[in-house]
Amino acid sequence: MANKKMRAVAATGNLSTGFREDSLVLAVEQGANFIGCDAGTTDSGPYYLGSGKPRGPREGVKRNLRLILREALKAGIPVIVGSAGHAGGQPHLEWTLDIIRELAREHDWHFKLAAIDSEIEKDVLADAFNRGEITPLCPAPPLDDRAIKHAERFVAMMGVEPIQQALSVVAQVVIGGRCSDVAIYAALPVLQGIPKQVAFHAGKILECGAASAAQRLYPDCMAAELDQDGFTVEPPNPAIRCTAQSVAAHALYENADPYHLVESGGVLDTTDAKYEPVGERAVRVTGSRFIPSKKYTVRIEGVSLVGYRSIVMAGIRDPLVLRQLDTFLSTLRTVIERKVSDSMKLSADTYTLNFRVYGRNGTLGDLEPLSEVGHEVGLIIDVVAATQSLAADIIPIASHTGLHHPIPEHEGLISNLAYPFSPGGIDAGPVYSFCINHVWELNEPCKPFAMKMEVL
Amino acid sequence: MLELWQFTKLIRSKNAGPFELTFDIMFKNRESFNDMLKSEALSPKVIAELYGVDVKQVRFFVVEQLLAIKISIPRRVFSGDVRDTDIYGGQFHGPLVRLPIKE
Repeated sequence: MANKKMRAVAATGNLSTGFREDSLVLAVEQGANFIGCDAGTTDSGPYYLGSGKPRGPREGVKRNLRLILREALKAGIPVIVGSAGHAGGQPHLEWTLDIIRELAREHDWHFKLAAIDSEIEKDVLADAFNRGEITPLCPAPPLDDRAIKHAERFVAMMGVEPIQQALSVVAQVVIGGRCSDVAIYAALPVLQGIPKQVAFHAGKILECGAASAAQRLYPDCMAAELDQDGFTVEPPNPAIRCTAQSVAAHALYENADPYHLVESGGVLDTTDAKYEPVGERAVRVTGSRFIPSKKYTVRIEGVSLVGYRSIVMAGIRDPLVLRQLDTFLSTLRTVIERKVSDSMKLSADTYTLNFRVYGRNGTLGDLEPLSEVGHEVGLIIDVVAATQSLAADIIPIASHTGLHHPIPEHEGLISNLAYPFSPGGIDAGPVYSFCINHVWELNEPCKPFAMKMEVL
Repeated sequence: MLELWQFTKLIRSKNAGPFELTFDIMFKNRESFNDMLKSEALSPKVIAELYGVDVKQVRFFVVEQLLAIKISIPRRVFSGDVRDTDIYGGQFHGPLVRLPIKE
């Protein structure tokens, strides 16, 4: 066990984005012990967890899973997918399992499949909260019993242990709900005797696929060989190379602290890590530490429904309107709110009406330090109301009012907004917000994660 | 007066989860890294003022090994909230690009 080496392959940074078929075939031929792939993130906002909809495209995910399963079954090695279906809730997990079952049927593949459910029932979470097991990170939205019960959906982010449990009962394909990206790659190496500091650091580098390369030409595979002292990372695709700088710099990406990565069970400390080039395309990484935490916690993610959005987009080109844009919009708001109150009996505090002005501060909102307005601006009238039909009904009131909203310099009826589309209004669906940034202290790391096995 | 981008090879912002923003600023070489540090143009105070957060909430790291500065702040508007303007947090670095640097 002491001289154990392992080769880990990351198929790509996100299961929905893809990789080169040749790269994966080559990576497995070079002697992979398992193939991992992350399938999710909270980066694209709260919608996916809230709606239960996966982020596709389904055909793309199916293509990627087909290649991963084909190569893994040929080589007789496990496949580990984390954060299934983008958000890792039950519907996202089921969506991914459905694709896998379909592939097994189509190709007459047979293997043991483990599904790890990471969705947390609201009652279970509320009980844990009332027992004092849920503590906030910083910053965190306020949380109480009522907020938990009114939320849409919660998931817990699993560490390595539930994956290890699935691998221990010889599942060949492990599909996890919400999962630490690093745990996907650290689970099997740690189970087989690779030190945690090596396994977790390699996991951090692998989890984005080819993103740790000097130049990521396109989404692709990444591979690492792990041993007792460190790991060597090398892209299987000969057209891509890693440099000491590119691998070290990847530790910064999407992580608030450049030296400390907080994971369930401990902190990876890379303060003294060394990154040394090996040949032209590989990098050897040593010297990181793993500091076990006193309490075992998992991060909770959850969202609640805020309302339903409808928008309309318009351009403004009249310089006289543009030079008094603030007044124009604030008086327009007053008229819209009055008309909505008159015709729909809705007071302004029951919906939000947001003017997003591109060309002024659409990107940064009130953090925009510059005050200039260009020769034109793009305006999004953004309405969020309690139901889709209410939001959709407010939009024509807002857009028609805006169209003819007067300025003193022009007499008679004017049309101040240029609408590019007919119809102008677009229903954008339900709007969710992240409602929790807390951790849950667990006595047993696998407890909230129910595993189901099936033989295909 | 020079500007920050003339010293760097990368200035980026991104979510570090839905509740935090993180900025990575990578310098062209040791000289540009040292010049910028000497100018004191970038500091927790400057970031706090630009992004409307308390200076105590600014985490500011000088990463010598990578000739980089990393800064993390809480998001005033969480990713995806009704009034959020940038779900991924990818354009919040905009005001830093032309930050004046004294020679």
